Amino acid sequence: MSKAAPRGANSTPSQRPLADSRAPDEGDGVETSPSISDRTAKTTCYMCACRCGIDVHIKDGKVRYINGNKDHPVNRGVICGKGSAGIMQHYSPARLRKPLRRTGPRGSGEFREIEWDEALAIATERLSAIRRTDPRKLAFFTGRDQSQSLTGWWASKFGTPNFAAHGGFCSVNMAAGGLYTIGGSFWEFGEPDWDNTRYFMLFGVAEDHDSNPIKIGLGKLKARGAKVVSINPCRTGYNAIADDWIGIRPGTDGLFVLALIHELLKAGRVDLDYLLRYTNAAVLVVQEPGAADDGLFVRDDAGNPLAWDRVAKQPVNAAGPEAKPALTGSHEVGGRRCVPVFQLIAERYLDETYSPDAVAGRCGVSAETIRRIAAELAHVAFEQTIELPIAWTDWAGRRHETIKGRPVSMHAMRGISAHSNGFHTCRAIHLLQVLLGTVDVPGGFRFKPPYPRPAPPGPKPCGKNTQPMTPLDGMPLGFVCGPDDLLVDDDGRPTRIDKAYSWEAPLAAHGLMHSVIRNAWAGDPYPIDTLMMYMSNMAWNSSMNTVETIRMLTDKDEAGAYKIPFIIYSDAYYSETVAFADLVLPDTTYLERHDCISLLDRPISHADGPGDAIRHPVVEPDRDVRPFQSVLIELGARLGLPGFVDEDGSAKYRDYADYIVNHERTPGIGPLAGWRGSDGGAIGRGDVNPNQLQRYIDNGGFWHHDFSDDQRYYKMGNRAYLDFAVEMGFIPKAEPIVFQLYSEPMQRFRLAGRGHGKVQPPDAERGRIEAYMDPLPFWYAPFEEDAVDLEKYPLHALTQRPMHMYHSWGSQNAWLRQITSQNRLFVHHQTAARLGLADDDWVWIESVNGRVKGQIKLIDGVNPDTVWTWNAIGKRRGSWGLKDDAAEGNRGFLLNHIIGDQTAASANGKRYSNSDPVTGQAAWFDVRVRIVKCAAEEAGFTEPQFERFALPPHFEPSPEVLRFGAAFRMKREAAE
Amino acid sequence: MTCLPARTEKKLGLVIDLDTCVGCQACVTACKEWNTGGHMAPLTDIDPYGGHVDGVWFNRVHSYEHTTELGGRTVNFPRSCLHCEQPACVTVCPTGASYKRASDGIVLVDEDKCIGCKLCSWACPYGAREFDTDVGVMKKCTLCVDRIYNDNLAVEDRVPACVAACPTSARHFGDLGDPASAISQLVEERGGVALMPELGYKPTNRYLPPRARSERAAKVDAPALEPIRAEGGFLGWIDRMLSN
Amino acid sequence: MHPAVSVVFFTTATGAGYGLLALLGTLGGLGYIPADFWLGFIGMGLALGLIAAGLLSSTGHLGRPERAWRAFSQWRSSWLSREGVASVATFVPACMFGIGWVFLGRNGSWVAAAGLVAAAGAVVTVCTTGMIYASLKPIAQWHSRYTLPAYLIFAAMTGSVLANALLQGFKLGSTAVLLAALLATLAGWAWKLATWRYNDRLEIPTTPNTATGLVGGTVRSIEWPHTEENYLLKEMGFRIARKHSAKLRRIAQALAFAGPAILLAMVFFLPWPLGAIASVLAAVAQLAGMLVERWLYFAEAKHTVTLYYGRQ
Repeated sequence: MSKAAPRGANSTPSQRPLADSRAPDEGDGVETSPSISDRTAKTTCYMCACRCGIDVHIKDGKVRYINGNKDHPVNRGVICGKGSAGIMQHYSPARLRKPLRRTGPRGSGEFREIEWDEALAIATERLSAIRRTDPRKLAFFTGRDQSQSLTGWWASKFGTPNFAAHGGFCSVNMAAGGLYTIGGSFWEFGEPDWDNTRYFMLFGVAEDHDSNPIKIGLGKLKARGAKVVSINPCRTGYNAIADDWIGIRPGTDGLFVLALIHELLKAGRVDLDYLLRYTNAAVLVVQEPGAADDGLFVRDDAGNPLAWDRVAKQPVNAAGPEAKPALTGSHEVGGRRCVPVFQLIAERYLDETYSPDAVAGRCGVSAETIRRIAAELAHVAFEQTIELPIAWTDWAGRRHETIKGRPVSMHAMRGISAHSNGFHTCRAIHLLQVLLGTVDVPGGFRFKPPYPRPAPPGPKPCGKNTQPMTPLDGMPLGFVCGPDDLLVDDDGRPTRIDKAYSWEAPLAAHGLMHSVIRNAWAGDPYPIDTLMMYMSNMAWNSSMNTVETIRMLTDKDEAGAYKIPFIIYSDAYYSETVAFADLVLPDTTYLERHDCISLLDRPISHADGPGDAIRHPVVEPDRDVRPFQSVLIELGARLGLPGFVDEDGSAKYRDYADYIVNHERTPGIGPLAGWRGSDGGAIGRGDVNPNQLQRYIDNGGFWHHDFSDDQRYYKMGNRAYLDFAVEMGFIPKAEPIVFQLYSEPMQRFRLAGRGHGKVQPPDAERGRIEAYMDPLPFWYAPFEEDAVDLEKYPLHALTQRPMHMYHSWGSQNAWLRQITSQNRLFVHHQTAARLGLADDDWVWIESVNGRVKGQIKLIDGVNPDTVWTWNAIGKRRGSWGLKDDAAEGNRGFLLNHIIGDQTAASANGKRYSNSDPVTGQAAWFDVRVRIVKCAAEEAGFTEPQFERFALPPHFEPSPEVLRFGAAFRMKREAAE
Repeated sequence: MTCLPARTEKKLGLVIDLDTCVGCQACVTACKEWNTGGHMAPLTDIDPYGGHVDGVWFNRVHSYEHTTELGGRTVNFPRSCLHCEQPACVTVCPTGASYKRASDGIVLVDEDKCIGCKLCSWACPYGAREFDTDVGVMKKCTLCVDRIYNDNLAVEDRVPACVAACPTSARHFGDLGDPASAISQLVEERGGVALMPELGYKPTNRYLPPRARSERAAKVDAPALEPIRAEGGFLGWIDRMLSN
Repeated sequence: MHPAVSVVFFTTATGAGYGLLALLGTLGGLGYIPADFWLGFIGMGLALGLIAAGLLSSTGHLGRPERAWRAFSQWRSSWLSREGVASVATFVPACMFGIGWVFLGRNGSWVAAAGLVAAAGAVVTVCTTGMIYASLKPIAQWHSRYTLPAYLIFAAMTGSVLANALLQGFKLGSTAVLLAALLATLAGWAWKLATWRYNDRLEIPTTPNTATGLVGGTVRSIEWPHTEENYLLKEMGFRIARKHSAKLRRIAQALAFAGPAILLAMVFFLPWPLGAIASVLAAVAQLAGMLVERWLYFAEAKHTVTLYYGRQ
């Protein structure tokens, strides 16, 4: 990033102040220079997951307004529609006020207020008993929080493996697909080189993931006239401004991408040099069908993968800088027949099943378009190369005078992720990027530190065996490299409540939060005692199959006891899930708390350097609420968890702020990387600095380190970068990161499925393992497509989040809900005409799982086989501070009702979680529907409807009129 | 006085790039947030949590589908006061509450004089004026007159809130009366248009049209890919490439 | 446009009031109608009452009626301000005329002068009212050459029908006034039909294309900036179904024009008090019909802002 003035993203000459910004002498009495704030606090936004820097202006003790922090590497001064509406979130009438203990039946919303001491005592007693007997009986799942490094560590110290955050139902396919392939991924792991790219492909985005950076980037591309191609069934948002919109059929992106690869291979338009240097394309793969090592890499005694040296005609360490590896041919090494990875790639994708003509019908994209896009990709990558005049040294010590780049970049997110074939589709996109030589090169896709990491990264998941009063050996979540790393018992049964890292979801890097309620209810694989959740609306828009999920939360056994015995829930607002808790721990708003956006967690680095950030209280809570992280730390101390207490049993950390500064995960490495060391002079690694938080506050709430020019690209093999990464603790050794086009870990699972190795899947799982643990990306139809009668359910149904909403949060926001308080089902004109539907009709949207009623809106900008709606607008009456007549509870609808949380019964009669078979990612977008016009008397209101929640004690009814800002003016004018 | 100034020293206004606007509503809430505590405070919201919510906003974003014989495009369209040169909203005002500033051309409402007759909103073809039923007066975009000259803000922040917020850089601000200004040149270069020119209000603000399928569209003139036809096909080609 | 009751009543009532005032001022002042206390009292009371009630009603449309006095200041640019000035100014000669004609039982000289000035004021006021609407470019149905004459014709029509009813009621029926009322009613009808015909065939150059600057093809609204109706839609986004509108047009014609015309024609042949009853019925029907007509006048008027909402 250039340090040259002016600051911020919107600083082109036509966005600057007037050359003379003194007020003209108009004489109309307008006060052109009112005082804006008494003080300005710089902190981090939490209106969605992007974590932009914000300046909060406080006037007369109230938040006057919030704008983007111009220095912040994430948003560079801009702010989104949600960010500016933060005031209304902060002053939401749905804010919880005090800890609550359930008094009525679960789900009624009947509570009594209790003191914090009582709340903590109840939790401590319950959790303590669990820890003394069977720690697995605590399932601790958090939602969209940004403190997973703390919460995971807490679970580990408690001794339960049953921990995860919301990643399993969000985008684990992207994370795992990327981390197992290139050691990085999109969003928090990497970004397009917005300043240099000339051709940008955007696949299925969720517009709250990296939203401001993408918007800033798109603005740059538009200003430069770079081409934007979007592949998305819906033509909204970013897709609306694409130069080329490809309205693909949902779930077929993988096929489309593999057809592009087919075309590129056929024409010889791949970057061979790049493949040899940075990938395992040359590594030899054993080809001995039936053998225990079939499909594994040929390795030397030290375990190094071997390649075939085409000059020396002998095997050679594939990573050796002097090697001249072959990419083709069949060779024999140590008596094993083997071929290079690339030979397998060429054979698979040159097959006519991946030709544009073969896939066009299925994708709903013409073969001509696929060929054109392939040609454009090749043209820009190979004919419009970039060369930056910056010398750098690669991992082997070879100096390069310039940095060469291929200016094609890609970004993908939820549309890829939320299908049961998402993992392989994501791998296919990375394969395409790598074949074009566009990963971490100028103009391409760039890693954000601490990525790239080895593919897959280091630590494995822990918690196979648990003992009372005993912490886990490590963190509950990690990356498996083969069946030995699975969390299954000797019979192959899952040891985690969500069945992550079991044969049903081997690479479940983020857990499967979406399966916890069902599994806990069914006692499968075992019953639990307490479900503790934070900030995830699992009784509504965060669960599939909502109606059934609500039933499971309230279901009782024969003895009349709840099947899920105890639920502790922490949230700042009266969401639909609060009513199902036995104990409610009220959280603060984002302006009242400490947080750390840590490199140990979900970082906010920029491709040009690592960064992290904090939140700090900028206003005091006016309610008896506490930040959940501080509560968790106190619970840890009350329970006496190792790491949370000193030797004398006293609390180690006063609160979260104290933890952020003083906690060290490994010596010298803590939650924050900036201003470490007693004098604040160190970054990354260094002693605890007691003044660290103040240093962050003084710097605007964040820390950012700028790379030197020679560290910015080719990070997977850049010595200057790799040395820095080791110093910072990002990677253990300064070794190159090799892109795993062929995934050996996956082949290990396949071999187990074929009967090799000591950890064996149950027989019923062998077929799935064989089919889906393919070491090379492939495409298969999303599961529901194969399971339902497509004649009966001819349409795909998708949801998108409006850019001005974040999940369920926006509806309590007086400003945001005005923009959207009823979601329509968007239907293509042609489709509607075929079905005899007119604009504004009310329809039943029916899937095999149920039906929901909503109102349609006809459009052209959607794949004709697809209908879609805005997500999480529909609300349950009584929640979120909304009045009974609010559109959200009457006309808005929730598509979740008709998305099954399980697959149809498989051949062996088993129903799996409705998830990707590799990672366990929730397959939200697989659902198939039909739409039927409802009867006249059924029009005008949504169904299903649910009983209204009672309001918690001392909840004020929401106001009839909001005059926010009037007080500032009155005070201002009184002073004049 | 509701007679219009014969000329204004500057013609301050906005330029909105429809080629770049993704419809994210950032400008909408940034405007609401600034102005609800600003010159025309508050921007009242009636029934904010109920079924008939209706608030005052100075800037709103519509979505359209524009379909021509060349294909369709979704267009997100921010709509706010255009600070016209011939604003009938000003001349119809019976009280002098509405006026156009002679210095910079900003159209404002002096709330203390407004009787809430609403005629100005009838006279505005663009729907730029919104009535605050709670206060009983008409309100409208001030072009952030309390930001762009505000001594209490850093100089770099003295731009309208919507321009500062816009994440895609789709909004521009400046003197459209000065042909040499950066914003005038942007309009010139991109063929910026006025809305409803036929009504003769002479809006100051301009909209930059979408570029797709125009001569300004981003294009890649790529030749079609030719399959490798030489001996050994693709794998043979690799061998030859690597033996070089 | 939203047909607000206050404004619909205002234009109907003041139109009739000023029409009646103009007739009484002229005919009374010049002695064509004898100075009779009760006739004058009721006539002038009706005229000024209608005007005052209309003006008061229109302030019901104001957000800050206590500041209404400010509306007299901008007569140089604003037709609304001019209307305010003219309406209030007209009260002065009107009251003078009323005192002279009704209470002093005089006509001629200063009473005649006051009556004529009041009549002129009434005409001017009606013109300013018409111009408020005729000058609004965003509403093509109003911004036309039909609007100003319509206001004048309707004022003359309702005024003369009222005047006729009054004279007939006092057994002072004048064939000339009766004929004028009948002709004015027929003229009003013709003018209304011509206006509707014009409006129904109106080709408005302002389209969703020009509203958005998007050239060619179609521009279709797919999402509003807000889910619920806002001020703009409540005030200017009123919609009326074609069927509903046709029905109301028929009702308006029957009540405002056809019925009164027939009744007035009958009056030529009817003896007192039947002629008087028919005349009063004609006036009542016409006022009711004009309320419907005025309601439609708003309901059928389309403001350009609706183009942004796809409501055209």
